[in-house]
Amino acid sequence: MSMLRRRRITNAIAFIASTIATAIGLALLCAILWTLLSNGFAAMSWTLFTQMTPAPGSHGGLLNAIYGSLAMTVLGILVGTPIGMLAGTYLAEYGRHSKLCTVVRFINDVLLSAPSIIIGLFVYTLVVLRMGHFSAIAGAVALGIIAMPVMVRTTEDMLNLVPKSMRDGSAGLGAQPWRTITQIIYPAARSGILTGLLLAIARVSGETAPLLFTALNNQFWTAKLNEPMANLPVVIFQFAMSPYPDWQHLAWAGALLITGFVLILSIIARSISTLFGQHANPGE
Amino acid sequence: MDAIDHKALQVHLRSEARAEGVFRTATLISALFVLALLAGVILALIYGAWPALKTFGFGFVSGQKWNPVTDIYGAAGPLYGTVVTSLIALLIAVPLSFGIAVFLTETCPSWLRGPISTGIELLASIPSIVYGIWGLFVLAPILQHTVQPWLISHVGPLPYIGKLFQGPPFGIGLLTAGIVLAIMVLPFISSVMREVFRMAPASLKEAAYGLGATQWNVVWDVVMPWSRAGVIGGIMLGLGRALGETMAVTFVIGNAHRISTSLLAPATTISAAIANEFTEAVGDLYTSALFALGLLLFVLTFIVIASARLLLLRLERGGVRRA
Repeated sequence: MSMLRRRRITNAIAFIASTIATAIGLALLCAILWTLLSNGFAAMSWTLFTQMTPAPGSHGGLLNAIYGSLAMTVLGILVGTPIGMLAGTYLAEYGRHSKLCTVVRFINDVLLSAPSIIIGLFVYTLVVLRMGHFSAIAGAVALGIIAMPVMVRTTEDMLNLVPKSMRDGSAGLGAQPWRTITQIIYPAARSGILTGLLLAIARVSGETAPLLFTALNNQFWTAKLNEPMANLPVVIFQFAMSPYPDWQHLAWAGALLITGFVLILSIIARSISTLFGQHANPGE
Repeated sequence: MDAIDHKALQVHLRSEARAEGVFRTATLISALFVLALLAGVILALIYGAWPALKTFGFGFVSGQKWNPVTDIYGAAGPLYGTVVTSLIALLIAVPLSFGIAVFLTETCPSWLRGPISTGIELLASIPSIVYGIWGLFVLAPILQHTVQPWLISHVGPLPYIGKLFQGPPFGIGLLTAGIVLAIMVLPFISSVMREVFRMAPASLKEAAYGLGATQWNVVWDVVMPWSRAGVIGGIMLGLGRALGETMAVTFVIGNAHRISTSLLAPATTISAAIANEFTEAVGDLYTSALFALGLLLFVLTFIVIASARLLLLRLERGGVRRA
């Protein structure tokens, strides 16, 4: 009897502890979001979107940084996504269980969790040293390299969910594999691939470390891709670390913008994948 | 008539086959590009690190001096910071993640499961720079004014363990960075744990319940041993993240190239040193030393991530076989 009681008590303690652990996790989420919302909204104003980043002590906005972030993210996604999608297609449709595919899959997983600052060093050597100066192009390349493995992984996973009978049906009508893939399988996996794309954008838009020594930063407006370009993450970093209250306010506002953007993207991606009954693994 | 159709068909089939060749080659090249990318990263790091490695040899890893003025560089300080902050992060994150995974697979009513796991996973989508400013402006002051003074006066005098809590409360330093990292890796570790717990065969669990086991007995004595490899894989995946995390740490680590036993002291990590010093590094040897730090970090994370993936891969295969 006493042993049974002891076991029951252990059981109760363990489950109370697990509930507390979950509560701590959720409380941390709330604490971070609350800080972000209260500081971010306090600093929010229309001038954020109409004015350039200011000199210390004067008022300004984040227009050039927002533009830079958008431009580099779009470029990076345009570079990284097609390659990632094609590589994922090879893994799912052509190579499947070949040795090459096992290796590619493994290396892709490593790239997926490799420190992004290392990618920054790589692009610095590859692009910045060649061009002789920091540039938006280098930043976009770095972001593209980070987006690519996400696309490889999700494309493969999503294509694997398409039933084999659809491929057989298409092949029975005499279609070459590429026709089957582009006209039957891609449309069938559309929502899953879209989820992957959104996750890739979300992953890339918060990245800071690889931009530090590729795109660097720019106090002024520039639309030229071969010049250093301002971008939200690096501006937030620089402004938050500064001793000037004006700059710190702008940093909070920028942080709220980015986080809001990323969270909305992840929630959309998540609801698409639950809506269509497909399972994406966002974290890894 | 018939002959013309036949010809047109042949032309069509040939162009289809050619398109197939092009498409297939394009996908193959893209797949090979993944491999080339990793090779390129390794080569670029070695190329950049070469001057420093040639100058300092293996002594680079153990050298404690980091002095841009005399051009002497050693990685021991940043390496120590990287390892210690990651270990603190695991020490906090692993029990919490375990609790969360148990809660979500066992305790939680099913209607709450979705919202709660979404909440925990949202932690993973917050950009690391936001963790950085939160750590600097919210967490660090709390630690500096309440937690650290308490640790210094209550735990500091104890033998052995007290050595870890000496010196003034800076607010920023190894402990703060470790805590921020813990929050960041929490969603990754807990989601892997949850997945592997869910993979445990129901028949095993039911058999244990049939023998009169409590829920906790089943979790600890049946599910845990069954999913050990996956749990370790998940923890190492989290470790890989923690080792390489840059921006959040850069905000709260304090950027001091020194090794101190006290966890309250400012320090630096490999990634923070690179992020802080790279654009300001003058002189080829200085830049090269930072590349060598990058190479060191890459080797470290590669080993950790690769073994994590291998463990998880083996479990996936095992899971399929068992199912």
